[in-house]
Amino acid sequence: MKITLKIWRQANKNAEGSMHSYQLDNVSEEMSFLEMLDLLNENLTAGDEEPVAFDYDCREGICGMCGIVINGSAHGRYESPVPTTTCQLHMRNFHDGDVIEVEPWRAGAFPVIKDLVVDRSAFDRIIQAGGYISVNTGSAPEAHSTPAPKRLADRAFDAATCIGCGACVAACPNGAGMLFTSAKITHLDNLPQGQPERMLRVKAMVAAHDDNGFGGCQNIGECASVCPKEIPLESIAQLNRDLIASLFRGDGRAQ
Amino acid sequence: MASTSLSVHQKAIRSNVAKKALMAVTGLVLICFLLMHMFGNLKIFVSPEAYNYYADWLKHDLLYPILPHGWFIWLFRIFLVVCLVLHIYLMAILWNASLHGRGAKYVRKNRKEQTLSAKLMRWGGITLGLLLVFHLLMFTTGTITPGFAYAVHDPYHMFLGAFSQWWVVLIYAIFVAVVCMHVRHGFWSAFTTLGANVGPGARTVLNVLAYFVAALLFVGFILPPLAVLLGMVS
Ligand code: HEM
Ligand code: SF4
Ligand code: FES
Repeated sequence: MKITLKIWRQANKNAEGSMHSYQLDNVSEEMSFLEMLDLLNENLTAGDEEPVAFDYDCREGICGMCGIVINGSAHGRYESPVPTTTCQLHMRNFHDGDVIEVEPWRAGAFPVIKDLVVDRSAFDRIIQAGGYISVNTGSAPEAHSTPAPKRLADRAFDAATCIGCGACVAACPNGAGMLFTSAKITHLDNLPQGQPERMLRVKAMVAAHDDNGFGGCQNIGECASVCPKEIPLESIAQLNRDLIASLFRGDGRAQ
Repeated sequence: MASTSLSVHQKAIRSNVAKKALMAVTGLVLICFLLMHMFGNLKIFVSPEAYNYYADWLKHDLLYPILPHGWFIWLFRIFLVVCLVLHIYLMAILWNASLHGRGAKYVRKNRKEQTLSAKLMRWGGITLGLLLVFHLLMFTTGTITPGFAYAVHDPYHMFLGAFSQWWVVLIYAIFVAVVCMHVRHGFWSAFTTLGANVGPGARTVLNVLAYFVAALLFVGFILPPLAVLLGMVS
């Protein structure tokens, strides 16, 4: 099929960017979205033009590197009936003659590095702020030595599937990183191993979230609607409950 | 950005989440007030005496003799103003954080979930605030008196005079509609901010309740002015 691409080109972090149009004539509907971009880049390289920079690693929906906004929707989810990452989106979701607009994540905390590549290290700083949990390392402990209620273990496991892709931030009208942060909070706060540092962790991660320039949550729900891992919106309420409770505890006070 | 002199605890107290929690509490206080106010207004359908007696009791006798005559209304007014000022102050700080958080604009955006009410929380809230000032200038201070003479002890006839004019009713209809939209998203948002959204079931319940409270406020507030305009109360 024939596809017209309008892609955000930006030479570097400080350059002005703008949308550029490209024509692709022989796109197969079997291609993934990234393979279609590979095709474009082959053409550009052959024509001595600078290829479009975009991020990826696994191309199987588990590393979280490949996020871009497609037709105004993070990971192009809007065009697809199922949750997806960009690398798992296929050209069969589009039609011959379509015009597809492609932009990088846009958020104060995720500066564009080049074209479609953004710097998501703000997420790493939130994770770092979360600190450690009190478990012994070394040989694996006996699995039944610490009982975890099934319901809570399931919830923790679901939250742990967050791949840190940043779609939630990209889709948020406030550029908030609350779904991501709350996924990490929900993951550890529902497990026995996460209890000793629970109150300190939520304070530190919420503080790091704000310090890194993410906006505030308005409970709109755009984040959960584009999340490739279906992290539920109620994770944010879990974070809110824990943070409010933590305000009445001394953890994290200056000594 | 990072201010290193604050402890983690102090940062948590100043966090967006904590600010939102305070916004939620003050917002819910204001919703409770609106529900009471709306219910009180319906006295207009009982009789002029009932309405004026109720208004007088609010202003002079409520909580007497625990408080001296006329104290309650002032304490209550101060409480409401403090809530409203806090609510608006936090709104301004969070709005600023969001402008930075959002970063550059998308060339194209495709929102899946955002409702009109959610989108208009800030500009709608500001509109609401301005109309509220208009409302207070009319019935509380008597600065603007379209179609009525200001009379502290006869609010019934102020009500009648004002709402006999179609344009006053129209402005009120807009006012109430704006309030209703703010409450529609605000009610759900407040409970979620306070942590009540424990799962998909809770989300449905909170949203249904939000629609119910918003609709109740709209109908309850618009009925008395409409009845006056249509000559059903005179
Ligand atoms: C009678 C007046 C008002 C009532 C009953 C009310 C009620 C509420 C409630 C219950 C919330 C949800 C709290 C939360 O989750 O943070 C809220 C949020 C909000 N209010 Fe108000 N409010 C009123 C006036 C105003 C005014 C005058 C403004 C100002 C400009 C305003 C701006 C906002 C904003 C920006 C939010 C956050 C939106 C969100 O969470 O999505 N409100 N309000
Ligand atoms: S919560 Fe979902 S959208 Fe956000 S970073 Fe994690 S996987 Fe991506
Ligand atoms: S490339 Fe790893 S999730 Fe898409």
